[in-house]
Amino acid sequence: MSSQLTPELERKLTTAVERMPAFPKSVQAILEMTRNVDCLPKDLVGVIEKDPVMTVKILRVINSAYYGLPNKITSVAQSVVYLGINTIKNLALSFAAVGILPRFSTTGFDIQKYLLHSLTVAFVARLLCEKFARGEADPMDCYIAGLLHDFGKVVFTQFLSIEFMKSLAIAVDFDKPLHIAEQETIGADHAYVGALLAKKWQFAEPLVECIRDHHNPAAAPSAMMDCLRMADMICRRQAFGDAGNPWREEELSQMPARFGGEIESVIAKVGDLEKILADAQSFAQIGTER
Amino acid sequence: MKVRLWGVRGSIAVPGPRTVRYGGNTTCIEVRGDDDALIVLDAGTGIFPLAQSLLAHLPVTAHIFITHTHWDHIQGLPFFIPIFIPGNTIRLYGAFDLIAQRGIEHVMQVQLQFSYFPIREAELKARIEYETLSVGVPVTVGEAAVTPVLMNHPVPDLGYRIECNGKSLFFTGDHEPHYNIYSPGEEGYDEYQAAIEQRQAELDAAIGAVDLLIVDSAYTSEEYPHKRGWGHGTFDSAIELAKRVGAKRLICTHHEPTRSDDDLERVFNEALARHPDFGCEILLAQEGLEITL
Ligand SMILES: [Zn+2]
Ligand SMILES: [Zn+2]
Repeated sequence: MSSQLTPELERKLTTAVERMPAFPKSVQAILEMTRNVDCLPKDLVGVIEKDPVMTVKILRVINSAYYGLPNKITSVAQSVVYLGINTIKNLALSFAAVGILPRFSTTGFDIQKYLLHSLTVAFVARLLCEKFARGEADPMDCYIAGLLHDFGKVVFTQFLSIEFMKSLAIAVDFDKPLHIAEQETIGADHAYVGALLAKKWQFAEPLVECIRDHHNPAAAPSAMMDCLRMADMICRRQAFGDAGNPWREEELSQMPARFGGEIESVIAKVGDLEKILADAQSFAQIGTER
Repeated sequence: MKVRLWGVRGSIAVPGPRTVRYGGNTTCIEVRGDDDALIVLDAGTGIFPLAQSLLAHLPVTAHIFITHTHWDHIQGLPFFIPIFIPGNTIRLYGAFDLIAQRGIEHVMQVQLQFSYFPIREAELKARIEYETLSVGVPVTVGEAAVTPVLMNHPVPDLGYRIECNGKSLFFTGDHEPHYNIYSPGEEGYDEYQAAIEQRQAELDAAIGAVDLLIVDSAYTSEEYPHKRGWGHGTFDSAIELAKRVGAKRLICTHHEPTRSDDDLERVFNEALARHPDFGCEILLAQEGLEITL
């Protein structure tokens, strides 16, 4: 489905994330909260788990070989159980010190709309799991899958900006799925690169697979994948945020079977999408524009 | 195996008449394998009298395992006199420092800086080796095996399980039993609780039914609510841990620095009274206490 990256490019991308800044709202919130010695651990976790960059960095650290954990850690809260809130706090502060992602990268990719997309997909995937896949997948895993599924795009926009800009243009001008455009211009799509990174950081295998295959209709389905794909469809169809891959009505034919036939009825069962959107907007700092 | 306690105090050394019976030095435990191999757990101020005791038997090879890098567990390191004497070998083991992104060599470099200590690392005469540990991966020291276990403290903290010819001991370093950061009913509570219980079970399994369990029991249960999140356990949590894993003997250590000997005995006896059915020997850590396993 996608050709291999050159080893040189692969190295460039895996080291890239070290230097990747976090999102403005989380950096600001973390700096404010940590000035108070009594800051509540749950509030800190709440901020970190809304920021894909912070989440990735924390999970990468906790899953490193030094801690030899029997099961891979897939949530920020779990990381707190293992490392303690003070260590997580200081890690977050060190990530905050790297700086903040600019709203628009040189590619024109709107980083805040990307965040809004990732956050709404994460929230909806968790809800879908609770309502349609209870016992088959972990809602928090679905949340993380939603938050990180398009992480490859942030890496592209930061470190392969010219090629990614081309992909974005092709997707819009030729009405092509973005991942196909990426394969043409970069040689690998964001799903492949996201999964490559997730694997490198020893994330749990189902999460790696979910990121890798979220655009691959031939991949073996799983409950987590169903929830992620369905959430992605819903959020793109409702135009919650934007990650460079506009909704195409013909995608409806690929709706996972477990949710029944009509996207409207799934949306109705998920509940209050506007509240999800408002929550995500307040964090992504997008306000009411979309 | 032989165990000798050289420092049993938490946070800061507190010499003086109020602590003369149990001792004022910060954490340091000497463990000797059956082949007499020297394992030192932590380098608080208690490592200084230990060092004095070694000078009659030079050269020494010392395997020093650091639980974590808070001052009370490392501050004696530059005063471990064998590091200045040629012919000795000191091997320092400890956790990877996540924030500094450095291995355990960091601890020596930080302490031996010009402003804080007159001798540079390069000037140490003994052979100094460093080994940054991976959690769960045992290290062999003579006939003994030392396995690091990740504990719960405001900085990554390793407990150590030492096994030698069928005998075993576990030292928690500083450790606070996990608690839920959410309140009952809040979103995230159940999930966090499940993660804690799983973690607790993993920890209990890693500790196992040891012959000797040495546990951070800094606080009383009454004091604990004001100290939650500070990274220390209570007498009661230590006793519960010993019960769960089926330890044969328990030593309560990391005494609160303001606690006098009399107060220490009083709160200890109160805790014992709350656990009348406790099935194993339980002792207060005391400088000079020696146990043969
Ligand atoms: Zn301590
Ligand atoms: Zn400590």
